[in-house]
Amino acid sequence: MAYPYKKMTREDFDFIRSVTAKDRVWVGEEIANEYYKDEMPEYGVFPPELYVEVVNKEEVSAIMRYAYEQNIPVVCRGAGTGLAGGATCKYGGIMLSIMRMNKIFPIDHKNQTVTTQPGALLIDIQAAAAAEGLFYPPDPGEKTASIGGNVITNAGGMKAVRYGLTRDFVRCIEAVMPDGSIMNFSSNVVKNTTGYDVKDLIIGSEGTLCILTEVTLKLLPAPTCSATLVMPFPSLEACADMVPKVLDLPFVPTAIEFLERELIDIVERNLNKLFPVKQGEAVLIVMYDASSQQELDSAVDAAAQAALAQGAFDCCIAATPERAASIWAVRGGILEGMKADSVSQEECDVVVPRARIAEYVKAAKRIAVSHGIRVEPCGHCGDGNIHTEMLRGPKMSDEEWKSATHACLTELYALSKELGGQLSGEHGIGNGRLEFLEEFVGPRMIALYKAIKLAFDDKLILNPGKVIEYNK
Amino acid sequence: MKIVVCMKQVPAGTKVDIDPETGAMKRLSGETRTNPYDLFALEAALSLREKTGGTVTVLTMGPPQAEEMMRDAYTMGADDAVILSDRKFAGADVLATSYALSQGIQVIGGADLIICGKQTTDGDTSQVGPAIAEHMGIPHAAWVAEIVDADEHAISVRQDLVSVSQVSKLPYPCLITVDKDMCVPRLPSYLLKCATKERPVRIIGFDDMPDHDLTRYGLIGSPTSVERMFAPPEIEKQVYLEGDAAQKAEELFTILTDKKIL
Repeated sequence: MAYPYKKMTREDFDFIRSVTAKDRVWVGEEIANEYYKDEMPEYGVFPPELYVEVVNKEEVSAIMRYAYEQNIPVVCRGAGTGLAGGATCKYGGIMLSIMRMNKIFPIDHKNQTVTTQPGALLIDIQAAAAAEGLFYPPDPGEKTASIGGNVITNAGGMKAVRYGLTRDFVRCIEAVMPDGSIMNFSSNVVKNTTGYDVKDLIIGSEGTLCILTEVTLKLLPAPTCSATLVMPFPSLEACADMVPKVLDLPFVPTAIEFLERELIDIVERNLNKLFPVKQGEAVLIVMYDASSQQELDSAVDAAAQAALAQGAFDCCIAATPERAASIWAVRGGILEGMKADSVSQEECDVVVPRARIAEYVKAAKRIAVSHGIRVEPCGHCGDGNIHTEMLRGPKMSDEEWKSATHACLTELYALSKELGGQLSGEHGIGNGRLEFLEEFVGPRMIALYKAIKLAFDDKLILNPGKVIEYNK
Repeated sequence: MKIVVCMKQVPAGTKVDIDPETGAMKRLSGETRTNPYDLFALEAALSLREKTGGTVTVLTMGPPQAEEMMRDAYTMGADDAVILSDRKFAGADVLATSYALSQGIQVIGGADLIICGKQTTDGDTSQVGPAIAEHMGIPHAAWVAEIVDADEHAISVRQDLVSVSQVSKLPYPCLITVDKDMCVPRLPSYLLKCATKERPVRIIGFDDMPDHDLTRYGLIGSPTSVERMFAPPEIEKQVYLEGDAAQKAEELFTILTDKKIL
């Protein structure tokens, strides 16, 4: 029986201290508030009963074995940068932080891989690879996220257009199961058809199936040069229409993003980060990586000509790190800028087929306006993952905001489904999007999810109430 | 209004070669880039031109390879580009460089406003701009943080000095050096790249200069004697101290005493 879970006692606290260390365990009021929530407190603020920072897989295993016996829920937490309310103790219990397990092992040049513990930061793994002339391409906006969090949420990011998602770079995983057993999923091999591909199931499972303790990642040779282009257009629709033209070219772009002028103004006004292109009501940002200057020049020429043919005012070229940084600093400052510019935010992370982006964006704006909400669509044009940011104005009451966003989200998800899209492209379900999932995927799929969950976690103690909810 | 922007090509990274004989930097080796501060100078000039009309000429002293930088300036919107290039100019210090540039400005017909970057990332003296103004006998304001106003007669600028901010109005002709972050340099434009493909970059040599006194140029005209020169060590990893002010001070004190700095 899972629910109700055991309320933790002094004996439980003492046991966790005995298998870890006293100075790495906090209980009750001692636990810092930041561990009650992730980056989206709107999706729930839940105090854990115990917070522990583990240092090795044996500790994870011992804690899980005990929690399994005692029926105590456990939530594994990385850097807490999630945007779905995923790493929170919805039903109390233990919050297990893997941030001290942050060792990055030496690069394996022969296999072009790096093995790391889950608490290592994405930025440090990228740097470790770069130091050896290699490249770890997944590039979600939050560089201080843990790699464990990236893997367990299948983080995407801007470079997905060319390189794919975190899943595409995971060779193998070592994880602790809910009953404390330690398992390996796949090994450092390029292909594998040995049974079900459970590794790929774990990736993106949002901490509901097992706890990652080690991961081996594929690396690529680093591109030698890159350029970022900014194509200013008279409207967002014109920007969106340019996307298939870019994809039609014989050069694979690394990233395709779009920004509306209003959003650029928000970042400039609130963060004092100035955008280097003043023209255009909307801009398309296209990045190319290449292994030679000649290849890069050809890509830039082709893309610039295509943009002009499509009605762009110009095509601005950033081929130095400083120039590219002036573009990406504004793109990267969107979330922070919007937080500074509004009382509260709600986000819709739908992904639609690339061919339907313009349709989605137009309809999304219309839907938001009909509910009295300010909306700023932005995001990954190249993969159809449109972050539709809803901003709360100062005059909206709590009740008005709640009901308007709910109604708006319901319509946006229905729209995404109608266009052949999905509910979440990269931020996940967590707690925040849970209420919309069943309607979106249907009861048969939910039954399948539940069966998968039970196959891993028969006592439902790992991150309960996320992705799927039994306690209804 | 005629605006001249002085620019310089500098080594792209921290890896530079030093000539062991003269202590001067070897400019031909390694990758180069436009001195980042000069991009702010060019942006300031282009924005002013949009307001007051006129022309923007970019000027540099360096080897003919500087053409690449000048073409880049064309793609940002510069109207004209001139390179002072002659073996006789080589090995110049602040005095000889600023003199050659002031002479070069005369050759191209003078300027109402000269804009330089605050400093370069290689020489780092911050003196060439003001020295040009001194050679020309015109007013200057260095380290300008904001162009407050400009019309056809004068420019008003704000300088953030250590303890005060000063706003000055300078009549033309005058010179300013601009700080970074006063604006964001615009990006090179593909349209301008195509439009300026055939536009020449003028090269001016010693023979074109009004003053043919060889002792004012290059190594001979440079009283600065370099005893030793070396590339800076690569930047070490930053350390972040956490906690309240007292804890951070304590920790910093420990680090400094451990390293025997205190």
